[in-house]
Amino acid sequence: MAQPPPPAEAAIAIRDLDVIRGDNHVLHGVSLEVPRGKITGLLGPSGCGKSTLMRSIVGVQIVAGGEIEVLGVAAGAPELRPRVGYVTQAPSVYGDLSVAENLRYFGALFGVGEERIAATVETVGLGGLEGRIAGTLSGGQRSRGSLATALLNEPEALILDEPTVGLDPVLRAELWSTFDRLAGGGVTLLVSSHVMDEASECDELLLMRDGALLRQTTPEALRTETGEQDLGKAFLAIIEASEREA
Amino acid sequence: MSARATFATARRVLWQIRRDPRTIALLLIVPAGLLVLLYFIFDGQEATFQKIGAPLCGLFPFIVMFLITSIAMLRERTTGTLERLMTMPLGKADVLFGYGIGFGLLAALQAVVICSVGFVALGLDSPHGAWLVGLLAIGNATLGMALGLLASAFARTEFQAVQFMPAFIFPQLLLCGLFVARDSMAPALEGASYALPLTYAYDALARATEPGPLGGGFTADVLVVVGVTIAALGLGALTLRRRTT
Repeated sequence: MAQPPPPAEAAIAIRDLDVIRGDNHVLHGVSLEVPRGKITGLLGPSGCGKSTLMRSIVGVQIVAGGEIEVLGVAAGAPELRPRVGYVTQAPSVYGDLSVAENLRYFGALFGVGEERIAATVETVGLGGLEGRIAGTLSGGQRSRGSLATALLNEPEALILDEPTVGLDPVLRAELWSTFDRLAGGGVTLLVSSHVMDEASECDELLLMRDGALLRQTTPEALRTETGEQDLGKAFLAIIEASEREA
Repeated sequence: MSARATFATARRVLWQIRRDPRTIALLLIVPAGLLVLLYFIFDGQEATFQKIGAPLCGLFPFIVMFLITSIAMLRERTTGTLERLMTMPLGKADVLFGYGIGFGLLAALQAVVICSVGFVALGLDSPHGAWLVGLLAIGNATLGMALGLLASAFARTEFQAVQFMPAFIFPQLLLCGLFVARDSMAPALEGASYALPLTYAYDALARATEPGPLGGGFTADVLVVVGVTIAALGLGALTLRRRTT
């Protein structure tokens, strides 16, 4: 990467985001930028606020303060709904409908036809399983079904909350190459994971811990900064450094 | 709100029900079966069966729709599908009316079955026409749906949602005048019955299944039921929040 994109180019720009849930200050003062047309990994341990941050970006989280701009518009604006795809961590498909019926329903909301549905089924590798009731699918298959509903209308940005959890290594690799292909076509992806070895698949990294952003970096820059080739160890080094500062 | 999203939602809730034949059986057979049971309980007491059975034809759809809507909407809330829908190009009204149309069709089917059994097979009288009872049944089903939708916001689990039946529906059934005339209840209870929507639903059905003119009271009853339905749908819409904590 020659130079960082100017702020106006960012697909997602967040300034001083605060989220409070009951007595729990989930996010404090998070500021970050997600570049367009790239895969940005949101990494951090379980419970560090990744899902809350993603919910804030898609506009379903009540926030206590700060600004979030998505594709140039305030997060949650109705015009963003067809432009931003969101996949929750728990697969949110109707367990009592078949894969095809789920996709036909969500497709109808977007005005998407059968051809596109068939193409999406292939993209997520569920070909041949269209007739299966979603509730009888394996966990990995169900989460790919959930992913498919977000890909149906080819949104400009995809917010994916731990999409590779519970997938075997082959499927995981396939999914990452799908993400690569989407990013190559100009789609912005924000992908969360608590598994650090997925960081190497990303163009950009957001490292989170305890509701705060530790670093916005890239895999290469993280390796250079810490002198660790293993990104997991590099993340640990960053955490230790931040604790020494505190 | 868009017609496309509304009808897609209606179709989807019907698809879900279709996948569940036992629920369909419960919806269509159980109310009629209970009516048959009542017929034999009041063996030879035609007047009593008429007094209780005829209005009940129009009340069953209320009860059933309350139950299935509160559970179905609770599932949407707890499985994450509602949150997901709220990030999609779909209005709250599309969800509400989608459920209304989908389950309303089911309610109509249920009303046809129970009214056929009651007014044709079991010989109940319908001095103003069985169709009027059927229409009231569909209206009451819509009321049940609207209240069920609202109730789903106050339950976290399906166990809790089911408890709304004894907590919320049974008292209304006891106080609506179906089993005991309201003016012979303790005055406090009679007063309380005026605040409960099922009282008006029952009163309209009682008037529609008794001989004599329907009167202005019937119109007032119907207006109250329609008004409460609209209010409950409005409150229900408030509980379908795009942003949550």
